[in-house]
Amino acid sequence: MLKTFPKGGIHPSENKITSAKPIKRLPLPKVVYVPISQHIGIPAEIVVDRKDKVEIGQVIARSGGYVSSNIHSPVAGTVTKLDKIVDTRGYKKQCIVIRSDVKNESNFQENEYPLKEEISLQPEEILKRISDYGIVGLGGATFPSHVKLQVKKDKILDCLIVNGVECEPFLTADHRLMLEKGREILVGIRILMYALQIDRAIIGIENNKKDAIDLFRNLTSGASGIQIAALQVKYPQGGEKQLIRALLKREVPKNGLPMDVGVVVHNVGTVFAIYQAIQHNRPLMERVVTVTGKKLNDPSNFWVKIGTPVKDLLDAVGGVPEDTRKIVSGGPMMGKALKNTDVPVTKGTSGILVISEDEASRGEPKNCIRCGECVDVCPMGLEPHLLMNLSEKGMYEKALEEDILTCIECGSCSYVCPSHRPLLDYIRFGKSIGKQLESNK
Amino acid sequence: MSDQTIIVSSSPHVHSERTSEKLMYDVVLALLPVFLVSLYVFGINALIATITAIISCLLFEYLIQKFILKTKTTITDGSALITGILLAFNLPAGIPVWMIVVGSLVAIGVGKLSFGGLGFNIFNPALVGRVFLLVSFPVQMTLWPVPIENNTTLVDAVTGATTLGLIKEGVQFGQSMSEISTQIPSTVDMFIGLTSGSIGEMSALALLIGGIFLIARKVISWHIPVTVLATIAVMTGVFWIADPGYYANPLIHVLSGGAILGAFFMATDLVTSPVTKKGMVIFAIGIGIITVVIRLFGSYPEGISFAILIMNAFVPLINRYFKPRRFGSRIKAKIM
Amino acid sequence: MTESILNSAILLTLLGIVSALILYVVSKKFYVYENPLISEVEDLLPAANCAGCGFPGCRSFAEKLVNTDDISDLFCPVGGNEVMKLVSDALGKEVAEKDPTVAVVRCQGSCDVRPKTTEYQGPRSCAISALIYSGETDCQYGCLGDGDCVDACKFDAMYMDETTGLPVVITDKCTSCGMCVDACPRDIIEMRPKHKRDLKIFVGCLNEEKGGIAKRACSVACIGCSKCLDVCPKEAIVIENNLAYIDPAYCTLCRKCVPVCPTHSIIETNFPPRKEKKAEAKVTAKVESIKPQNDA
Repeated sequence: MLKTFPKGGIHPSENKITSAKPIKRLPLPKVVYVPISQHIGIPAEIVVDRKDKVEIGQVIARSGGYVSSNIHSPVAGTVTKLDKIVDTRGYKKQCIVIRSDVKNESNFQENEYPLKEEISLQPEEILKRISDYGIVGLGGATFPSHVKLQVKKDKILDCLIVNGVECEPFLTADHRLMLEKGREILVGIRILMYALQIDRAIIGIENNKKDAIDLFRNLTSGASGIQIAALQVKYPQGGEKQLIRALLKREVPKNGLPMDVGVVVHNVGTVFAIYQAIQHNRPLMERVVTVTGKKLNDPSNFWVKIGTPVKDLLDAVGGVPEDTRKIVSGGPMMGKALKNTDVPVTKGTSGILVISEDEASRGEPKNCIRCGECVDVCPMGLEPHLLMNLSEKGMYEKALEEDILTCIECGSCSYVCPSHRPLLDYIRFGKSIGKQLESNK
Repeated sequence: MSDQTIIVSSSPHVHSERTSEKLMYDVVLALLPVFLVSLYVFGINALIATITAIISCLLFEYLIQKFILKTKTTITDGSALITGILLAFNLPAGIPVWMIVVGSLVAIGVGKLSFGGLGFNIFNPALVGRVFLLVSFPVQMTLWPVPIENNTTLVDAVTGATTLGLIKEGVQFGQSMSEISTQIPSTVDMFIGLTSGSIGEMSALALLIGGIFLIARKVISWHIPVTVLATIAVMTGVFWIADPGYYANPLIHVLSGGAILGAFFMATDLVTSPVTKKGMVIFAIGIGIITVVIRLFGSYPEGISFAILIMNAFVPLINRYFKPRRFGSRIKAKIM
Repeated sequence: MTESILNSAILLTLLGIVSALILYVVSKKFYVYENPLISEVEDLLPAANCAGCGFPGCRSFAEKLVNTDDISDLFCPVGGNEVMKLVSDALGKEVAEKDPTVAVVRCQGSCDVRPKTTEYQGPRSCAISALIYSGETDCQYGCLGDGDCVDACKFDAMYMDETTGLPVVITDKCTSCGMCVDACPRDIIEMRPKHKRDLKIFVGCLNEEKGGIAKRACSVACIGCSKCLDVCPKEAIVIENNLAYIDPAYCTLCRKCVPVCPTHSIIETNFPPRKEKKAEAKVTAKVESIKPQNDA
């Protein structure tokens, strides 16, 4: 029996069409638009000015507080202006526009370094560098990694979980990274284990990535401390709480953190970024992005510089087909539909999904027939139909009592609803009001 | 990109293939074997009753929505169709056509649309119609044509009582169970459907085929039907063991009186049953107990319709108190 | 027969007496003293329970009025000065006097001047769509057109204009309770003084983008050109973030700013037609064509 979390979950068609495509390097973008708020928390503060020359990896915006992160220039070039650019929600946000210098060789250096296994830094130095080098969670939530690694005094960590689940349909960025950078990821795991002073790590991988599971099993054979766990294919297993439950049978308490059950979870992409930062002094400037869609000519995985406009990525796969009606940043379950393709790739962009006309429209919502399907699939044990009703009617206090804030917005409820009800839309709205109420208390 | 503007919406951007229409049509499909058996047993009468119920349910839904409520009509969603079929299946084959029409009006008008339409009704509409007819026209509603093998003619002069009716009568006249058992059909006949009763409750076999199809298609879960039947079996079993001379054996109870039809098709109605599995079990146990109480101690020989309607009323309460367990609510952070 | 009638009559009488006793005891035991003034003041209030005063209903506002010593910062926008005067007389406390205000919609981005660049699918509610993304047009400041303000209005003083897709305030019905102001996630609706004959001049735009970008998204957007600022004799206009705002406290309704606006984003309502001047004829015509949105 493969491990999984017991309550809820769905299995949408996987559509991992790019899983056999090696990660290619996207040509150097002419101009990058680097937003200053790419992470959860306080936006970074800009430390460069117009016409400044910047080197690759130079800090261009400095962390604005504890829960914040440095931002580094992904290219060598010139800051042309400090402007605004649309984010994934379509709102204009502050960004730094850098024209890349085509003559500067550092722009064309690939991140292919020889594997470096021995760790020369002390734990504190490692944590400091993770913070300095702008590492944030690359699974999508973009939570600054150093905050996650800061263990409170009263907590005892005993296990590092490395999230290689990639349960979102279509996306294969983590899968490819695991296949191509397996050794580096293992070194990254050792770095984290050393920094946190723990001797146990588990890599959780869903069973639809058998090659990655085999690869890691071979690489770790004989080595102690790092386990590889094959997981049943089920969405949203990549959710932190679900993954911990699946691997360790521990339940993160309501309003709690993984730390409360002695666990820290990091995505494989983050672990690789940490490896790069510690062993090769490379700050987080690029990431793997899957550009995919059923009708694309050549859907692929790319190494993409942060700040590259989405339209450059779409050009790299041969443009979007005629009947494209929706472009999603992220996977189909949790991704955000983009208003236009000027949006730049940020630290949290795991994929770009192009959806054609026949699948772009939502169904017409009908009355709830109380089939209970949403309750069955909710991995958090909530009652989505009830929460939607409460937030539709403005009964936010009641919704808070029904634990609306514990919703992880995985979208399983909207996915299964046979009446096509916009459950998550309303729940998200109820959550936002609920949070306001909560903070006013 | 096409000249049409791109669509922006909240996630998720994919949806499962299941729609409420598909669920409804699965139910219709599941009722097909039962319908075929009823055609075989009751002939043209079953066809007339079913067609009348379907047409009048759809028609009333359309007319009420168009002229009284002035809302968009929803007759294509399949729910009125199911109400029609289930109503017909709960009626005796020879019932006058106008009564079916009245029953349909009550089922759709009172049972469903007066509450606000599909999804808002508290009671199973088909059962509302059926119970309305049962209390309004008790004579016609308990005039059961006796099935004759290969009966395809319009013979419905012969009427008899249902199995449970016979038992109730016998018990009232002070007969012992062994005397009564000579008058009622054998359990095999009851299983395949050669007894008297309403159109759709005859053949346990056909009903089970449909029910298992629904469970396999995940339209319904096994919790309600299995629990209802188990509760009926256990409760009647207890009485039977206590006094086999006075009470009928549980097998008879499970196979007769529409228990299977009710358990698989009426109690499982999505709208009027609880949302969680825990709630479903409670709901089903309630139905089982009330059914047995009505059958053994009430004035009606059969009780599942009333039992379901009574438990329907408790569904909001059950939903309120039997919630799914919230993730992380068990604070047992054990550190290994 | 007679016996049973008698029995039931006695039983019912007894039941009645017992219930009456219980009610009496309970009402005595749980009696709460309440200042009779509260009810008196409540009767003076408009009983609209609109919460425009900042309290959940007229009753709670009345309680506050009676129980607070200084009520000069409390005001019933629906009843206005007349009602507050009555309250003042009843309580013998000083009340504030405010100019009557009326809601105005500060967006003219109808479908033909502000093209839709995307199609939104989801619940038709401004609050929800604003949470998900920046709207169907390229203007992230303008009206979303889903009518949350109309839903919030308890006085039927607003409706959505089907051709423009924008909300319209029916000035006569508007009580300036402020519910629409709270409902709008974009803060488009503003309470402005209701002058004589409902004369108003205000900037019908909230776009803070630079001129070119704003103009591309919406042809009647304020581009922050400061022409209005230059002609204003009273310095009532401020420009901040590429956006002009006419401060009602200083504006004297001289209308000088209206014809100079190159994008016609300044709205004037209920003014008599201008005297024909060749240079201004075209502009006036344009303004007239926009006008109907705001005084229906």
